[in-house]
Amino acid sequence: MSAGGGGNDVQWCFSQVKGAIDDDVAEADIISTVEFNHSGELLATGDKGGRVVIFQQETENKSQPQCRSEYNVYSTFQSHEPEFDYLKSLEIEEKINKIRWLPQKNAAQFLLSTNDKTIKLWKISERDKRPEGYNLKEEDGRYRDAATITTLRVPVFRPMDLMVEASPRRVFVNGHTYHINSISVNSDNETYLSADDLRINLWHLEITDRSFNVVDIKPANMEELTEVITAAEFHPHQCNTFVYSSSKGTIRLCDMRASALCDKHSKLFEEPEDPSNRSFFSEIISSISDVKFSHNGRYMMTRDYLSVKIWDLNMENRPVETYQVHEYLRSKLCSLYENDCIFDKFECCWNGNDSVVMTGSYNNFFRMLDRSQRRDVTLEASRESCKARQVLKPRRVCAGGKRKKDEISVDSLDFNKKILHTAWHPQENIIAVATTNNLYIFQEKVN
Amino acid sequence: MINTMECSVDAQSLISISLRKIHNSRTQRGGIKLHKNLLVSYVLRNARQVYMNEKYAEIYRMQQYEEVMTVCNEIQELNPLDLVEDCEEQTGDCCGSATESASLCGALLPVSHQAPSAQHIQPSSACSVPLALQSEEVCKAPDPSFYHSCCAEVYPVSNCDFSPVNSMHCNKTTVLDLDTHVVTTVENGYLHQDCCASLQQCCQGAQSPAKKRKLDFEYYVSEIEEVPDFTPCKRAKFEDSSYASTEPLDTSNISNLISIFGSGFTGLVSRQAELEQALNGQFCSKQALASLGAWTRAIVAF
Repeated sequence: MSAGGGGNDVQWCFSQVKGAIDDDVAEADIISTVEFNHSGELLATGDKGGRVVIFQQETENKSQPQCRSEYNVYSTFQSHEPEFDYLKSLEIEEKINKIRWLPQKNAAQFLLSTNDKTIKLWKISERDKRPEGYNLKEEDGRYRDAATITTLRVPVFRPMDLMVEASPRRVFVNGHTYHINSISVNSDNETYLSADDLRINLWHLEITDRSFNVVDIKPANMEELTEVITAAEFHPHQCNTFVYSSSKGTIRLCDMRASALCDKHSKLFEEPEDPSNRSFFSEIISSISDVKFSHNGRYMMTRDYLSVKIWDLNMENRPVETYQVHEYLRSKLCSLYENDCIFDKFECCWNGNDSVVMTGSYNNFFRMLDRSQRRDVTLEASRESCKARQVLKPRRVCAGGKRKKDEISVDSLDFNKKILHTAWHPQENIIAVATTNNLYIFQEKVN
Repeated sequence: MINTMECSVDAQSLISISLRKIHNSRTQRGGIKLHKNLLVSYVLRNARQVYMNEKYAEIYRMQQYEEVMTVCNEIQELNPLDLVEDCEEQTGDCCGSATESASLCGALLPVSHQAPSAQHIQPSSACSVPLALQSEEVCKAPDPSFYHSCCAEVYPVSNCDFSPVNSMHCNKTTVLDLDTHVVTTVENGYLHQDCCASLQQCCQGAQSPAKKRKLDFEYYVSEIEEVPDFTPCKRAKFEDSSYASTEPLDTSNISNLISIFGSGFTGLVSRQAELEQALNGQFCSKQALASLGAWTRAIVAF
């Protein structure tokens, strides 16, 4: 197994696709989040219908080494239900905005899932044995008449079919007035943060009736509102440090040791806008949709509408690397504004050794950006390339002028087919790419 | 400076698209999305900025052209003595008399009596549009014909200026800066300079961002947690007043255009109070969209 490195010398091939085949997509089936757990053995998805589906990687099949282990459904449960806030006459969507796994401490797995208002801690545990031979109960559960009991026996565990149970262990309610966009588990494994448009709260995993507000950017007069929080994440190693991004394209790093309320940032990461690129939509396309620390904790990556930027935590005035995801869309911003695509929030992710980053685009394209080799490739998640171990062919978009063979022109792109959520296995070259309602799993080609 | 080249949709369409988005967001499932509406408001601000700059630039250009033409014409034909009488006449006309604009223009300008006179009126009308609002408030006579006289008013002021004989008996003082073409007048307590100066300022695109934000977010009048409905009432008010002052003008049919302005302003004055009181966002946004539509029709028609 590789260490998760390599972007372009790696050839990606199709492994699996999950989800309905038909083109008529039920809204509840739209995938809204994808996340590997810390070992990569489990892959969780959340959808607009409030459900969580967890896939488990099968142990490797030694007889077929080319075919790496597959992911099969492990557990499915309804995490959130639609709610109605009677006080404000507002419906609260059940859509799962984010899932974050807790590091495994015992046999059970724990994850946090959140919708717009409520965060839940779920315990996913296996049951493959069941006690039999109770003295006071029959096997079906009915109580025996005490008078008929003449002997005592010790109940024993007998094997049963594997059952995976998901149970909500904690429900963290009423912490947020605005819509929750991020949750992030702290490296101390005791606390986590949740961020909405204007505030960030710190929770203890054991305590549900209280949270501590660490960031509040709500102005005294809402008429003076100029920016909102778009994403937040804890540092992977430093439990006192977290970052949050804003709709203005800035990232603030906060140190909880400095003060209880982190309204004042420790560092502000901002790149001055290029005045020649100014347009009606400058504010929209500079809004950051995702921020992710690198695994080593030295860098962070941000995604805005057209680009991915890598920042060195020690340099605030500009990113160290900038990658254009789909620059050909810059001339189409008007249409993308009209059809609301300009508001799409793309996520991004690092590979295991931080050498390659990945993000999604339209037409079911996704981009692999190799930092070490400074090369990039565009791949497509489509039903056409769904043959087992079929190698994905690089795709090219023709921005203008003469279209070469195998290129696709910008105007032919399907903007309804968007890849917003992607995830990379923490150790191996296995990626999960979510199209509207399908989950594609691609693996590195093994020779 | 916003680069509008890449945009196939003009500023005005963007404004209506944006308002529609804000309106639709109120009925979307899951409640109002603060982030998205914030971004839409930025587009609205940018589009409005470009739109106003374009309109002011257009008016400024027309004004420049007309003033130059008038100077040339008057140097050729103007009789200074006639002009004095006209000015005095005009002073009396302010604040009251219902006079048809064309004839008044004709009286003021010995040069021409038909379309050109209307043309001369044209840039001044645009200029005086904010003044008309002032006049209306002071004189309390929201009569379309009132605007005629006020519109016409500005022009003879310029006449006074252009005239080689400056020792007028008019009770006005006017200075025309031939470099900047700013006409500064003080007449009957109305400072005319404001409109031209502000036009110029707008042409230069100098806008206070803080003020902009405030106007943008009057939209979020109260806390979202307290009032679930958006109340774009104040936004509507601002939009109306800004559009009103930047209307393009047609060379023909001035009276129709002014009657639109007239209804616009009287409507605005009475509507302001209504909008501020109406907490029903539905009502307000409809007003906003309806008034936007009216201006759109006016612009398209002319």
